[in-house]
Amino acid sequence: MGDEMQDQAGGPMTAAVDIQSVTKRFGDVVAVDNVDLEIADGEFFAMLGPSGCGKTTTLRMIAGLEFPTEGSLKIFGEEVGTLPPNLRPVNTVFQNYALFPHMNVLDNVSFGLRMQGKDKRESAHAAQEMLELVQLGGMAKRKPDQLSGGQQQRVALARALVNKPKVLLLDEPLGALDLKLRQDMQNELKSLQRELGVSFVFVTHDQEEALTMSDRIAVMHDGKLLQVGTAEELYDQPVNRFVADFIGQTNLIDATVFDADMIVLANGTKIRAPNPYPAGDKVAMSLRPESISIGHVDEVPDEFRSTSLTGTVSDVIYLGHSHVYTVNVDWMPLEVRTNATPTSIKHEPGSEVAIWWDRRSDWVVPDEGHGA
Amino acid sequence: MTAVATPKFEAANERKKSRRGFLLALPAYVYLSLFFALPLLSVVVYSFAKRTSTGGVALEDWNIDSYTKLGEPIVRDILLRSFTLAIITTVICLVLAYPFSYFLATRKASTRNIMLVFVMIPFWSNFLVRNYAWRVLLGNDGPVSRVTEGVGLGETTILFTPTAIVLGLVYGFLPFMILPLYAAVERMDWSLIEASRDLGATGMQTFRKVTFPLSLPGVIAGSILVFIPSLGAYVTPQILGGGKKTMLGSYIVTQFLTARNWPVGAAVSTVLMVVMLGATMLYFRKGGRTL
Amino acid sequence: MAGNAKQLKGNTRWALGLNATLVYVFFYAPIALLILFSFSDDPLVGRWGGFTLDWYRAFGENEEVQSALGVSIRVAIMSTVVSVVLGTMAALALERYRFRGNKFFDALLYLPVIIPDVTMAVMMLLFFTIARNAASTIFGVDVSKGVWSVTVSHIAFSISFVSIVVRARIAGMSEKLEEAAQDLYASRWQAFRYVTLPLILPGIIGGGLLALTLSLDDVVITQFVAGPGSTTLPVYVFGLIRRGVSPLINAVSVVMLAASVLLVLLSLVAQRARGGDVT
Repeated sequence: MGDEMQDQAGGPMTAAVDIQSVTKRFGDVVAVDNVDLEIADGEFFAMLGPSGCGKTTTLRMIAGLEFPTEGSLKIFGEEVGTLPPNLRPVNTVFQNYALFPHMNVLDNVSFGLRMQGKDKRESAHAAQEMLELVQLGGMAKRKPDQLSGGQQQRVALARALVNKPKVLLLDEPLGALDLKLRQDMQNELKSLQRELGVSFVFVTHDQEEALTMSDRIAVMHDGKLLQVGTAEELYDQPVNRFVADFIGQTNLIDATVFDADMIVLANGTKIRAPNPYPAGDKVAMSLRPESISIGHVDEVPDEFRSTSLTGTVSDVIYLGHSHVYTVNVDWMPLEVRTNATPTSIKHEPGSEVAIWWDRRSDWVVPDEGHGA
Repeated sequence: MTAVATPKFEAANERKKSRRGFLLALPAYVYLSLFFALPLLSVVVYSFAKRTSTGGVALEDWNIDSYTKLGEPIVRDILLRSFTLAIITTVICLVLAYPFSYFLATRKASTRNIMLVFVMIPFWSNFLVRNYAWRVLLGNDGPVSRVTEGVGLGETTILFTPTAIVLGLVYGFLPFMILPLYAAVERMDWSLIEASRDLGATGMQTFRKVTFPLSLPGVIAGSILVFIPSLGAYVTPQILGGGKKTMLGSYIVTQFLTARNWPVGAAVSTVLMVVMLGATMLYFRKGGRTL
Repeated sequence: MAGNAKQLKGNTRWALGLNATLVYVFFYAPIALLILFSFSDDPLVGRWGGFTLDWYRAFGENEEVQSALGVSIRVAIMSTVVSVVLGTMAALALERYRFRGNKFFDALLYLPVIIPDVTMAVMMLLFFTIARNAASTIFGVDVSKGVWSVTVSHIAFSISFVSIVVRARIAGMSEKLEEAAQDLYASRWQAFRYVTLPLILPGIIGGGLLALTLSLDDVVITQFVAGPGSTTLPVYVFGLIRRGVSPLINAVSVVMLAASVLLVLLSLVAQRARGGDVT
C-alpha cells in the first residue's frame, strides 16, 4: 500500500486506526507478527483469514481487550496502545453478541451511556432512538433470550453504536446467523455504515462476506498481514500463493521464470505470463477456472497459442449455469469453468481438449506461502 | 497517559493482573493455611511424637511407634473391619445406584429434574437425623420389628450390628454414588448404543462392551465418594452400631477423647488422610469433577 | 436417531422402574415415619398412640434445647457471612485470574470437602489445644474453646463449599460479558458491580445457603471444638441419642430436618436462577 491517504482539501488525513509494527505474543506463540495497517475514516474494512491467523487478536488490540507486546496503535492520531478498553473511543460487536442476559434490551443499549455518567432519562431516550434505527423500537423491554438471533445481533449493534464510537469493531458479527439472515444483515450493515459514515472494522473467516461488504480487505495468515487491498486487487493480483488460493477458486501451476514475459511450466511448455521476477526463479501461476476457455485441440485461436495447454477431460460437473471440468494436463489436474448455454458443447470425460486463456488473466506469484 | 505499548508495559500489566488475582485469593488462602493446613500438619507431626506416661504428648524423641501399633491385632481388626464395611457399603451403593442412574438418564428432561431434586435433598440434608430415623425404625419395639414379628419372622435384631452400620452408611451415602453415575450415564453418546445394537450386539453385550465402559468414570468417582466417608464414618457406627464394634472413626475419637493416646489417634488419622488423598488423586486422574 | 436407544423396552424398563421406586422408598420412608412418630402421643418411640403436638411443645419449652439452638444459629450466621465473602473472592480469583501458587491454592481449597469429618475434627481439636497452650505460655492469656472455635472450624470447611458453588456459576458465565462491559466504558469495578455480581449472585446465595445448612448440621467437628456453653443443637441431640431414643428427639430431629431440607431446596432454586436485575 504505502500511498498516503488524502482528504478532500488534499492535505494528509488522519487515519481512523493506525497500526505500526504491532506484535502480540502469548508466551512463545506469536499471534500477531509485526503488522502495519492503516484504516481510513469512514471505511468498511475487513480482516480476513483462517482461524488462528491473528485477525481477532488484532481487533481485540484495537478495542483494548489485549495490549500489544510492542508497536504503536493510534486511533485518530492518538496513541492508545496502553489504554484500557473503557478509555478508548471505539466499541465492539462481539461474536455471539455478549448481551447482558440479566438486563432488558433498553438497559443493554443504554449501558455504555450510563457508564459514561450520562443521566438515566437521557440515556434511555438515546437508546430508544437507536433501537428505532435498527427497527427494534418495540422490543425495549424484552430480555435478550426472548429475541431471535437476528434481533440479538441488532441489539448488539445498537448497544455499540449508541455511544457514537469513532470506530466500530465487529468480531465475526454474522457467524451465528443462518445463510438467508446473514445475507440480509450484510446489506443492512453496509447501508448502516454508509448512513453513519463511521469506520467499520470487521473480522471474518468468510471470504465471500469480506468481498461483498468491504471497501478494503486485509488478508492475514499465521499472524502476518499478507495483503491489503480492494476485493478486485486481492482477486486479480494476489501477492502470493496463499492469498491466491484463499480468495476464490484458482489453479496454482508451478513454474520457473524464463524472462519478464515468459514462464516455463513443469513439462517444459513456455507460457506467456508477464512477471517482475528474475529469470530462473520458482514461481506459481494463478489461473482462475472461469477465465479459461475449453475447446477441441485444433480450435485454439491464434492469439492465444502462447497461453494454451492440451489435456484430457477426466470429470465434468453440470451446475445449471456452468460446466466445471477437471482437465488433466499431463502432470496436474486443472479446474475449468465455462458458461453453460444451449449452444455450448459439452466435452465428455475422456475427450482430448485444448484449454486457453487471455494472457492478462494469468497472474504470477512467488513460490512461497505454501499451504492454506 | 498515552504511551506506545512495550514488552515492559505488557509484562507489568500481566503482573498487575496476576497480583489482583492473588490479592483476591489471599484472605481465603491465609485463612485455610492457618485454620486448615496448619491443623492438618500438626496431626501429621503428632503422629510421630511420644506419648508421656501421664497421657500427654512430648514433642521430642520422634518415633514411628504409633504406626507400628497399627499392626497390633486390635488395631488391625479395626482397620480390617472398617475397610470391609466400607467396601460392602460401596458395592451395595453401586448395585442400587447403577440401574437407578440409568433409569434417571433415560427419563425426559422435566421428569429427570424433579427426580434429581429428590436425590439432592437427602444428599445435603441433616445426616445425623437421617441416621437417627433408622435407629427409631430398627429399635426393639420399632416398626420394622413389629412388621417382622407380624409376619412370623420374629423380632428384628440388627440394631447395633455391622449390618445396621452398613444399612446406615448406604442410606447416608447412596446419593454420593447416584449423582456422579447419573452425570456419566447422561453425558454418554447414546448413538453409540444404537450403533452397537445395529451391529448385532445383544442388550447384554452392548451393556458389557459399550455402556459400562463408557460410564466407568462415573463408577469410579461414585465409588470413591462413597468409600472415603464410609471408611472415616463416626456418627453412623455410634448411633446404629452402638459403638460396640469399633470402626476407624470411633477408634480415632477414643484415642483422642478417652484413651488420651494422641500420637496413635494422629497416626490413624494420617493413614486415613493418605488413603483419602490417594483415592482423590485417582478420582481426578480419571477425569472426575467435584459435585 | 439417538433417542431410540433411550427408549427402554419391556422387562428392562419394568425392572429399572421398580428399582428406582424402591430407592425412593428407601430414601423417604424412614424420614416419613420419623415425622409421623414425632406427632405420636405415645412415650414409646416408634409406636402410634394418637396425634399430639406435645413433643413440639416440649421442644419449645426445653431450655437446653433452646440455648443449643441459639448457639447453632449464631454460629451458622457468622460462619456463613465470613465463608461467603472469602469463598466468593477465592472463586473469582481461581476462575478469572492466573497467579503464582494458584494450583496449590486450588488443591488446598478442595481438601476440606473431601477430608472425613473425624479427621478434620481431630485436626481442629489438636490445633486449638496447641494454640491454647501457646497463648497461655507466651501471652499468659486463656483462650478456651467456645463459640469462636466452633465458628472458626465451620468457616474452614464452608469456604470450600461456597467457592465450589460460586465457581460453577462463574465458569458458566462468558468472560466476554465482562469484556463487553469494559468496552462500553465500565471501569473494572463497574463491570464487576453491574455485570459480574448480578450474574453470579444466584451462585453466591446458593453457596451461602449451603454453608448455612452445613453449619447447622455439623456434629462431629463441632463436638470436638465446642467448649462449655457452646454446644450446638446437633451436638446436644447426638448426646441424647447416644443415651437412647425419645419422642422429644423425634420432634427436635424433625425440626432440624425440616430446616435443612428447606435450606437445601432454597439453595437449589437459587443456583438455578437466572441472575438478578440491575436497577
